[in-house]
Amino acid sequence: MSGFVREVVVTRLARGGHAMTFAGRALRDIFRPPFELKETARQVYELGWRSLPLIAAAGYAVGIVMSMHTRASLERFGAEALVPAGLALALVRETGPLVCGLLLSGRVGAGVGAELGAMKVTEQIDALEAVAVDSFKFLVVTRVVACMIAMPILTAVMNFMGMLGGWTAESAVSGMGFEAYFRAAFSLLQFSDYVPGTLKTMVFGFIIAVTASYLGVHTSGGTQGVGYAATRSVVTASILMIAANVVLVRLIFFIFPEMAE
Amino acid sequence: MNEPGPAIRLDHVSKAFGTFRVLDDVSISIPRGRATVVLGRSGTGKSVTLRHIVGLLQPDAGRVFVDDAEITALSPSELAVVRQRIGFLFQNAALFDSITVAENVAFPLRRHSTLTDGEIRARALEKLAAVGLARAAESMPGALSGGMRKRAGLARAMALDPAILLVDEPSAGLDPVTSEEIDDLLVQLKAERGTTLVVVTHNIPSARRIADTMLFLHEGRVLARGTAEELERSEHELVRKFMQSEAGG
Ligand SMILES: Nc1ncnc2c1ncn2[C@@H]1O[C@H](COP(=O)(O)OP(=O)(O)OP(=O)(O)O)[C@@H](O)[C@H]1O
Ligand SMILES: [Mg+2]
Repeated sequence: MSGFVREVVVTRLARGGHAMTFAGRALRDIFRPPFELKETARQVYELGWRSLPLIAAAGYAVGIVMSMHTRASLERFGAEALVPAGLALALVRETGPLVCGLLLSGRVGAGVGAELGAMKVTEQIDALEAVAVDSFKFLVVTRVVACMIAMPILTAVMNFMGMLGGWTAESAVSGMGFEAYFRAAFSLLQFSDYVPGTLKTMVFGFIIAVTASYLGVHTSGGTQGVGYAATRSVVTASILMIAANVVLVRLIFFIFPEMAE
Repeated sequence: MNEPGPAIRLDHVSKAFGTFRVLDDVSISIPRGRATVVLGRSGTGKSVTLRHIVGLLQPDAGRVFVDDAEITALSPSELAVVRQRIGFLFQNAALFDSITVAENVAFPLRRHSTLTDGEIRARALEKLAAVGLARAAESMPGALSGGMRKRAGLARAMALDPAILLVDEPSAGLDPVTSEEIDDLLVQLKAERGTTLVVVTHNIPSARRIADTMLFLHEGRVLARGTAEELERSEHELVRKFMQSEAGG
C-alpha cells in the first residue's frame, strides 16, 4: 500500500517537474530568436481578437450586476455617490482580471488543448519537426506570447464594458449622465491601480497558454485523449490561475503597500 | 554528388517501447543514390526505423548517421539543417489540416527557401502535378481521399528537392495504375537527381519496380538483405513467401 502511495507521489512529482521544465522553456524561448512573428500575429487574432465579443458581453453583464450590488450595499450608508468609483476600483483591481482570465481559460484552454492534441495524435507535430521547424517555438511559444498580449487588452475591454454596464444600471435608477458617471468612476483610480492588474493579467495569459499547450502536445490515446486534453486544460488552467492570483495579490500588496489601504 | 560512403547508416540500433523490443541491435547501411526497399510484416518496426533516421525517435542504444552526421548527437539547430536535406512521407501522410493542399506543399519552401511567393506557388503546383494532384491544390486535406492525401504528402516531402527521400508505404490506398505512376516518379527522381530512396512497402510488385536492394525486417532484426532475386532464393521461408505474393496493397 505504502509502495503504491509512494509511486503515485513520485510520478505526480515527476510530471509536475516535467511541466515546470516545459513552462521554463516557454519563458526562455519568448526572448530567443528566431521569432515566429507571422504565426504569433495569427494567434493574437485567433485567441485574442476572436475572444472580444465574449469578453465584451460578459463585461457588460458583470458591470450591471456588480453595480446593482454595490448600490444596494452603499445605500445603507447613504453613500450612493460612491457607486461609480467603487465599481471601477473593484473591476480594475480584481474582478476584471479574474473574470477575464477565467473566460479566456475556458475559450483558449479548450481550443488550444484540443487543437494541439489533435495535431499530436495525427502526427502533424512530428511532420512539423520533419520539415525542420521547431514545433515548440512554432506552436507553443506563439500561443503563449499571443495570450500574454491579448490578456491585458481584453481585460481593459472588460473593465470598460463593465463600467458601461454600471452606467446603464446607474442611469436607470438615478438618471446619472454618462460624463458625470465616468468622471466619478475614475476619481479614485490611481496609476498604481492599473499597473499590478495589468502585469497580473500577463501572468494569467502565460499560465493559460502554457497549461493548454503542455496538455495538448502531450496528448496520447486518440480522439478520447484529445477530449481529455481539452477538458483538463480548462480545469487545470482555471485552478492554477486562481491559485496564482492569491500569491500575486500578496505580492502586489507587498510591492505596492498603498494598495492594501 | 558522388560522395563516398553510405547516405544513411544505423549502427547497432536498439529501441524498445516499454518492455517491447522493436529494434534489436539493427545495423543497416543505405547506399547513396540508390533505392532501398524495406519489407516486413505489420508491426515489425519499419516506420520506427524511418523515424530514427530523421531523429523523431531516439535509439535506446546505438547510433544513426546521415551523411556522416551523427543524428543522435546533433544540437536541435544542426538537426534542423540535416532535416532540410531529407523528405519524409508519413504513413498517414500527416498533412497540416488547417491549410490547403498547395499550402502544405509550399510550407517547407516558405520556411527554408529564399524564393518569392510566386516562385513558391509555382513550385508547389509543379510538385502536385508530378503526383497527379494539380486539381486538388486548393482543397483542404480533410476533403481528400486516403490515396490523394498520401500523394499530397509525397509532394510535400519532395518540395525542397531533398537528397534523401524516406517514403512510408507510398502505394497504400492507391489503385494499381496510380501506384505504378508513383513508382515511376520515384525511380525517375533517383535517375535524374540521384535521390537516395528508402521506401517501406507491402506491395511486392511495386517493391520490385523500385528497389535496387531490399531489407527484410523481422522480430527486431534484419532477416534478409539483397536484390529481389537474392531474396527470392532466401534461406528463410517467410522471406520467400513474401516475395511470391503478387497482391498490391
Ligand atoms: N510511439 C510508440 N509508442 C509505443 N509503441 C510504438 C510506438 N511506435 C511504434 N510502436 C510499436 O512498435 C512496433 C513497430 O511499429 P511500426 O509502426 O514501426 O510498425 P510497421 O513495421 O511500420 O508496421 P506497419 O507495416 O503496420 O506500418 C509496433 O508494435 C508498435 O506498436
Ligand atoms: Mg508502418
